[in-house]
Parts: sequence; structure tokens; C-alpha cells
Amino acid sequence: MAYRVVTKKFLNDARSICLFEFEAPLIARHAKAGQFVIFRLDEQGERVPVSVAGYDREKGTVSVMVQAAGRTTKMLHTVEQGDVISDIVGPLGRATEMEGLKKVCVVGGGVGCAIAYPIAKEMHEKGIEVTFIGGFRSADIVILKEELAEASDKLVICTDDGTYGRKGFTTDALRAEIEENIAESRPQFDRVIAIGPDIMMKFLAEVTRPYGISTIISLDPIMVDGTGMCGGCRVIVGGETKFACVDGPDFDAHQVDFDSLIKRAAFYKEEQDEAAAHICLMTGGKRVNA
Amino acid sequence: MPDMSLTKNPMPEQDPQVRVTNFDEVALGYTDEMAVAEAGRCLNCRHPLCVIGCPVSVRIPSFIQKIVEGDLDASYEILTSTNSLPAVCGRVCPQEKQCESQCIRGKKGESVAIGRLERYVADRHNAKKAKEAVPVPASNGHRVAVIGSGPSGLTCAGDLRKMGYDVTVFEAFHKSGGVLVYGIPQFRLPKEIVQTEIDNLIAMGVEIVNNAVIGKSETIDELFEDGFEAVYIASGAGLPQFLHIPGENLLGVYSANEILTRTNLMKAYRDDYDTPLKRLHNVAIIGGGNVAMDAARVAKRLGDGHVYITYRRGMEELPARKEEVEHAAAEGIEFQLLNNPVSIVGDENGRVVGLELIRQELGEPDEKGRRSPVPVEGSNWVLPCDAVIIAIGTSPNPLIRSTTPNLNVTRKGAIETDETGRTSREGVFCGGDAATGAATVILATGAGKIGAISIDDYIRSKT
Ligand SMILES: Cc1cc2nc3c(=O)[nH]c(=O)nc-3n(C[C@H](O)[C@H](O)[C@H](O)COP(=O)(O)OP(=O)(O)OC[C@H]3O[C@@H](n4cnc5c(N)ncnc54)[C@H](O)[C@@H]3O)c2cc1C
Ligand SMILES: Cc1cc2nc3c(=O)[nH]c(=O)nc-3n(C[C@H](O)[C@H](O)[C@H](O)COP(=O)(O)OP(=O)(O)OC[C@H]3O[C@@H](n4cnc5c(N)ncnc54)[C@H](O)[C@@H]3O)c2cc1C
Ligand code: SF4
Ligand code: FES
Repeated sequence: MAYRVVTKKFLNDARSICLFEFEAPLIARHAKAGQFVIFRLDEQGERVPVSVAGYDREKGTVSVMVQAAGRTTKMLHTVEQGDVISDIVGPLGRATEMEGLKKVCVVGGGVGCAIAYPIAKEMHEKGIEVTFIGGFRSADIVILKEELAEASDKLVICTDDGTYGRKGFTTDALRAEIEENIAESRPQFDRVIAIGPDIMMKFLAEVTRPYGISTIISLDPIMVDGTGMCGGCRVIVGGETKFACVDGPDFDAHQVDFDSLIKRAAFYKEEQDEAAAHICLMTGGKRVNA
Repeated sequence: MPDMSLTKNPMPEQDPQVRVTNFDEVALGYTDEMAVAEAGRCLNCRHPLCVIGCPVSVRIPSFIQKIVEGDLDASYEILTSTNSLPAVCGRVCPQEKQCESQCIRGKKGESVAIGRLERYVADRHNAKKAKEAVPVPASNGHRVAVIGSGPSGLTCAGDLRKMGYDVTVFEAFHKSGGVLVYGIPQFRLPKEIVQTEIDNLIAMGVEIVNNAVIGKSETIDELFEDGFEAVYIASGAGLPQFLHIPGENLLGVYSANEILTRTNLMKAYRDDYDTPLKRLHNVAIIGGGNVAMDAARVAKRLGDGHVYITYRRGMEELPARKEEVEHAAAEGIEFQLLNNPVSIVGDENGRVVGLELIRQELGEPDEKGRRSPVPVEGSNWVLPCDAVIIAIGTSPNPLIRSTTPNLNVTRKGAIETDETGRTSREGVFCGGDAATGAATVILATGAGKIGAISIDDYIRSKT
């Protein structure tokens, strides 16, 4: 089985995040916002989890938006429209819960905006009032401006350096939105959904905690199988060990043990840096099989 | 006249010093001469006890006699009439607890080396067979879905295909073979052997769909909607158990499944693969079964320090195959027996620095005569290590039971079946580890055969 790329599109000027639409009928038939897939480029490739960014049940395609973070994702960025990769499995994990929600704030940080986008979109389509806060380092990596505007009732984009939108972090923007709801006596968010770097989610959890706003985050620990088989993705939530791939990836932000999460994510760093340093410069990461 | 020597013909093996530096098979297999000599030790008993010890009643003396007669094709036919995977089982069955434990020759001296002979016949067959085309049985127009491509699923798929069914196997992983490819290491069971079996099935017309997680990619109800008339669940027991002791989430604590999957399925031991694996130095394994031995021997090959097996009972009680324990010991694995884990010790960065153990003593025998270990008060000590691998067992994955309404399960999460493999859902059958909890390859294979017969009966009864 091989999975063909039907569309490839870079999403920002820095070309750091790229959309791939793959032919994958089985996955397209069942995918829901909040779930993920695991892809493998070829026989020697690593299994890499990425979120479902979109699907077309009729066409039988599923889209992902991937940031070039290390060896495998950089190699994926060299795959062109019409090329095939050897594996995609999914959809895995639980879909994001939306039952009974009326007003939410979805917060994305960097590539987290790509993961958050389908969730915001689906909620918006269901008639839930969506405020979207997107945070980026600077203007050149901002993604999905139009799409996010369409998927939300209110869109706030902020950059760390102020080169686009509001200057500052998502935490400040979120606090401002919550305070505004109070000041204008509008209904408060029933839920905040945050997806981004662990450290951002950790601080966002502290923003919402004093207000008692239910907060869900999507975790991305290191995974192997994605079906509950290896335990490599374990996270501590409310003092209990959970497997992010089957019990998550969404968890209650106020219960997550962020410190162990952050240490775990850094565990393979040396090996990853070494692997990234060995990407072939001549082929730009395309594997040349003998 | 049978050969009355008291010992088995020894198995040629890679030297322990050499083999700890590679992933090539340890046991090299009998030559023709050795096999004939060993076969000559069999008494061809009229009431063979070995067959009683075999979970699928392989006609052992008959296949062995065919070796003596030099008719290996006939020998292979006899083997595969009850066991579809002789090349695998000859290598991984716990013979010393099954056929060989009953063999009459074992009353005085060593039993006949039944496992080694089984392997010999299958290997000779496969070497020859590779050149012949496999016949494709004609289709009877009925479709059956098999979930999981481990030994149970492969056997069931093969038998059904031979009966004429159109069989599709759905496998969650990108590679087929179940534990035979992701769990049991290359040095014990070369993956080429499993691949040969899979290639044969494909040549026979079995369709295998990889990357299909039933319960996620598609549910059992949808398989019926798609036109399958029966489903055989052979999803194994892949969910790792943890001990729930302090320190289990420290960095450097792995389930055996994680280490084994990264190395066996994803070939972290080969430079040409991208799979990362933390460099291993001093490693403590918790557990004493086959999984623990495999993890230990993988750790020894990948690492550069001490590898310990820690187990709460004694040497005699180790549940692993005897041969694996011997091979592990020869490779320098150190056994810390009668030691029960208490906690895993970490440094300020959350990384493992040791395993706290408490010594155990064997207490009074219970009704079954088993002496259970009791902790020795105040005997706690710390074994220094930088990785801990937990190999205390696995249980069936809840993915299928949680997405299939009205499928009854046991208290331990296994799918409930009768002796024919039937579940509480019409048209849904189950066998292997998914039904029994973690067991053996031969039991999984046997269940696959029974499942195929039951599915055939079921579909015939409806049409
Ligand atoms: C459920 C889930 C959903 C995800 N969704 C997306 C997405 O939609 N878009 C996207 O760009 N990225 C997503 N990721 C992260 C993505 O999987 C990693 O960036 C990728 O694995 C990096 O692989 P690499 O070989 O390119 O880099 P590496 O050099 O291997 O690693 C680079 C960075 O990624 C982290 N990482 C490495 N391997 C994994 C792994 N197996 N799982 C998680 N993190 C890992 C490392 O800690 C490191 O910080 C998701 C991760 C998970 C678990
Ligand atoms: C490391 C290790 C060493 C072992 N050593 C021995 C030994 O020496 N001797 C011995 O007799 N036994 C041994 N065993 C046990 C033996 O391997 C198992 O009993 C046997 O493999 C069970 O076969 P099975 O077909 O029931 O399941 P498995 O071999 O577990 O295969 C199940 C397959 O189903 C797939 N699957 C699971 N869920 C789904 C789903 N939802 N959708 C699609 N596919 C799915 C899995 O990916 C897997 O490929 C060992 C086990 C391990 C882990
Ligand atoms: S019991 Fe031993 S000697 Fe007798 S038939 Fe079986 S293998 Fe041969
Ligand atoms: S990724 Fe293996 S258990 Fe979650």
C-alpha cells in the first residue's frame, strides 16, 4: 500500500509549515477533529504522529500540516505532489469533545494553530461561538490567516516581536479576552482549548485556573505505535498514568503534570540532534536508496 | 535399532562472545547428518507420550520417522496437518514443558530434540519451496475478515483461503506478523522466516491490509456492512502492564514492548534506519518470562554495560523457555533472583539511577506445592542502573472490545469464546492471545485452525 500526495502547499513565508493532502480513504472515512495519524516515509523511516488537519470523505483524502522540526519532518518537506509515502495509519486517539459547548476560546501556538484549526472549524460549523487566539514568534511564520478568520467569530493573532497583529504572548491575549467577557458582562467561555508548546500550555493552564474555566490541552509526547501498545507516550494526569495515544491526546490542563512532560520530551534530544545533523546536504533530505 | 545415547545431538550455535555483538540467529540448525542421528533416537512409541504433551497433538513420531526415511516432504505434510507454522514453533515453543517433557527418552537422559527436528524439517522445506509456485485455491465467493496478523490470524487466514474463502487480514502495524515480528528478536526468530509464511499466504490469494486499526480505522460492524460474512479476531494481548511502583515515569523506564518494537519492528539496531533509541548502559529488567529474556538480550546487544534480570522467585520458577535462560546466561546476562522491585530511583533531572529491590525468601509450599516468595524485612538494596525495562506481562488491548457492542469479555479483558472460538456476537470469532491473554505461539496457531473450521461451519449453516 502506498499513500499519494494529492496536494502540497507551504503555509507561510518561512516555509516552515507545510500542508499535505494524502489519498487515504479508510482514514478519511472516520477522521474527526482532534485525532491524529502516524506516517512513515519509507522502509527505513520513523513513525511520526501528526494531527488530522482536515479530511474529505468524498475524495477519500486526509490532510496534515507539518512543521519541519527534525529529521523525519524535514524529509517529509522534500516529498512532492504526486509522490507516495509508504504508510499512514489512523485515525488514532479520541476526537475532541464538543458536546454541550456554547462558547469557547481556542488557543494555538505556532504549529499548534494547525492542529487547533480543524477543531475550531468543526465547532464553528456546529454553531459554537469561537474566539481563536493564535500566537507566533514573528510575521514570517504566521499560518492560516484566512482559514482561521473563517473558522472563528473572533480572531486574535499575536506575535512575540509584534511584527504581525498584537504584540505579546497568547497568555496575555487570553487573559484579556476573559477579562473583557467579565467587564462587558458577556457569557464567559465554557471551555478553553489550547494546543502548542508544552511551556505555553503550562502557562495557559495557570491563566484559566483562577477563573475556574475548564481547559483542555492536546498533548504530543513521543509515540511509537499510537495504539496503546508501548507505553512510551505515558503522561501523568491527576496523579494517574495515562497513555496519550488512546486516552488522549486531549487532557484536562489543570490535572496534567507538566514538569514530567517537559522532561520526557527532551529525553531523546541528543539522538535527535545527531540524526538531524546527518541529513544529507546534497539531496536536502531525500533518501537516495541504492 | 534406535540410537540409545542419553543426550540430544547438540545444536550448533554462534559463539556467545561473537553473538552479543550482532543480531544474527543464535541457534544455527541441524545439518542433515545431525537430524538423521537425532531422529534415530526416537523409539517411535506405540502410545507416544510426546503427542499428549503437544497442545495441538502434532503426530511427532510419524514426522520423525519420515526424517529417518529421508522423506522430508512427507514429514512436512505431517507437521503442517496440525501446525501451520513449524519453522516458527520449532524455534520458540517451550518444548521442555510440552512434548519433550513427556518424551519417554527423558525418563533416563535427555528427551528426543523434537523442537530442533521440527525446525529442521520446516527449514529444509522452505529452502526448497521458495522456488515453487503456490497453488491459488478457487474462490467460493464468501468473504471473511481476520483482525491481526500474528500467528493466530495468519493460520486462520491460510486455512480459510485453502477452503476457498476470500480472506482479508487487517493489521494495525505497517508490517505483518504480530509478536513474531515486533516482539521476538531477530537473533531468536529471523524475520525472513515469518516473511516467507506471509508471502505464501499472499501468493495463495490472502489480502493483507496494513495500517488498519480495527476499532479506529474501521469497526467490526462496518466490516459486516462492507460485505464480510464472518470476522476472526486475533488481535493478541499487546497492552503492557506496569507495576505501579514509585518512579515508574522516570526517564529511562520502558515497557519491554517499547524497546522490542523499536529494535525488532523498526530496526533501531541498524544504522540505515531512522528509529531513535536511547543508548543503553546498565540495564535492569523486571520479570522472568520470554519477554524479559528477549529484552535483556536486546539490551546486551545494544548497550555497553551490565544487564540484569530481576525476578521475585528463583531460577527454577523462571517462566521463560529453558533454552532462552541458558542463552541469556551464556551471553553474560546477570540474574538477580529472589528480588522484588520496590521503587525506581531517579536523580534531580528525573533520570533513572537505580532500582530498589527487596530480597525474597521462598516460604512454605502452598496446596499446589509452589513455594511462594516472601520479602525479607529490612533487606532493601539499590541496584545501580540507568534504564529499567518492565516485562511483567501484557493484556488484551481494549480497542476492539470498546468499539464492538455486545461483545462479552472476561474480567481480565479477554474476549469471551466457547471452545470453537465463537463469541457472544453472531459471526464474530476469536482466538489466540486476544481470547486467552498472553500465552504461546502454538496455542495461538491451534486456535486459528479451530477458528477456521468454526467459521466454515458457520457460513455453510447460513447458506
Ligand atoms: C498526537 C500528536 C500530534 C501531533 N501533531 C502534529 C502536527 O499536526 N503537526 C506537526 O508539525 N507536528 C505534530 N506533532 C509533533 C510531531 O510528531 C513531531 O514534531 C515529529 O515527531 C518530529 O519528528 P522529526 O523526526 O522530524 O524530529 P525529531 O528530530 O525526531 O524531533 C524534533 C522534536 O519533535 C519531538 N518529537 C520527536 N519524536 C516525536 C514523536 N514520536 N512524538 C512526538 N514528538 C516527537 C521531539 O521531542 C523534538 O522536540 C504531533 C505529535 C503528536 C504526538
Ligand atoms: C517478546 C515476546 C517473546 C515471546 N516469546 C515466545 C516464545 O518463545 N514462545 C512462545 O510460544 N510464545 C512466545 N511469546 C508469546 C507469543 O508470541 C504470543 O502468544 C503469540 O504471538 C500470540 O499470537 P496472536 O496471533 O494471538 O497475537 P499477536 O502475535 O499478538 O498478533 C496480534 C496482531 O494483531 C494486531 N492488532 C492488534 N489490535 C489490532 C486492531 N485493533 N486492528 C488490527 N490489528 C490489530 C497487532 O498489531 C498484532 O500484529 C512471546 C511474546 C513476546 C511479546
Ligand atoms: S515419546 Fe519420545 S521416543 Fe516416544 S515417540 Fe515421542 S519423541 Fe519419540
Ligand atoms: S504510543 Fe505506544 S502506547 Fe501510546
